Amino acid sequence: MDEAARAEAFYAHVSGGGKVEPDDWMPDDYRAAVLKFVEMHANSELMGVLPEREWILRAPTLRRKLALTSKVQDEVGHAQLLYRVAEDLGKPREQMLADLLAGKTKFHNVFHYPTRSWADVGIIAWLVDAAAIVSQQALRDSSYAPYARTMKKICWEESVHIMHGRDVVLTLMNGTDAQRASVQEALDRWWGPLMQMHGPPTDPATDRDLIWKIKAKGNEQLRQEFLSIYVPRIWELGLTVPDPLLAYDEAAGQWVYTEPDWAELRSVVTGHGPKSQERLEFRREARDATQWVRDAIIGPVGTAAA
Amino acid sequence: MSDATPAKDRVWEVFRQEAEGDPMVHGGSVKAPDEELATHYAREFYGRRQESERLWIVPREAITELDDPDLLKPPFDRSFKRPGGFLIKHKLEAARERAGTAPAEEAGE
Repeated sequence: MDEAARAEAFYAHVSGGGKVEPDDWMPDDYRAAVLKFVEMHANSELMGVLPEREWILRAPTLRRKLALTSKVQDEVGHAQLLYRVAEDLGKPREQMLADLLAGKTKFHNVFHYPTRSWADVGIIAWLVDAAAIVSQQALRDSSYAPYARTMKKICWEESVHIMHGRDVVLTLMNGTDAQRASVQEALDRWWGPLMQMHGPPTDPATDRDLIWKIKAKGNEQLRQEFLSIYVPRIWELGLTVPDPLLAYDEAAGQWVYTEPDWAELRSVVTGHGPKSQERLEFRREARDATQWVRDAIIGPVGTAAA
Repeated sequence: MSDATPAKDRVWEVFRQEAEGDPMVHGGSVKAPDEELATHYAREFYGRRQESERLWIVPREAITELDDPDLLKPPFDRSFKRPGGFLIKHKLEAARERAGTAPAEEAGE
């Protein structure tokens, strides 16, 4: 069977719900698509700990400190699991880290923004993690089987994080007027990035990640799911969502909202967010400072192309 | 694998037991230069939340894989003895296209 016919059979296999294992034959474009997807996910888990890490020493109680530390540890663990999956597709871990720190690969928009108060930490752990889990649950049946299996494990571990976030928010909402105001203020700042997080709607006819079942749902479907579950939960606390157009249209069967600022999204994920460079620099310093440990344990790495 | 993989780093597959008496089930893999570190990493990723009774840590090279369908799912249905046992439609389409003898597409197709 020649290459093109083999590829056609492969695309039919994955589009029809078939699974792929690491040592199966794959067309180059499928391999590249999965790698890009998983690599960005791994990058996001690694960079995603930094906004919350900044609050470990400032958390209000010992229990919150321990919970936050545990969450950060979990997320780094998720990054490790995902880099492992990506490595088996042919890109070494060192290369992925080098590309991230050189700004050649991306991580999710929400992790490029500052955390200004403890309320931010609650909003992130509750709503950002919730938006992420909506995406991640749709990956548990990915055509690329190692990714699907890893996502099942990650989703199970993430469910505790959302509970932690919601607990932080509820504690603040049941506190003083100033605490309630801080939650509303944090929500006002985070709503924009949250609405951008799932990305602009894509055309199902040309979205290869969807056609090849690398992911099961399109961006708009994920955003609608997030809104359906979490907007009522936001409103029931007496909080307002800073979008005057946000409403559920019964007739259309979906939420209507102000168009997210896609220009902001593009600018942020290409490294122009308020905290992008500072956080990447932190990672560069950490990598350089710990190079001696990696050299001692696994030996110096032969340099791949920069 | 690329040249940039350090010579000492190896992949270890991790199997875990969910509850006493359960079979060992593949959980995933870790990367480590030796068995001791591999065991520590396996514990971190597959045991830190007290979710496993037991772990097996196995170098990937030690695993022999069998996925030949002739051995695992041999065609004993004897469909080759029946006219409906051969579906040539797609193979015929592909062969005609390659030979340039595919019929012109019908209107409305």
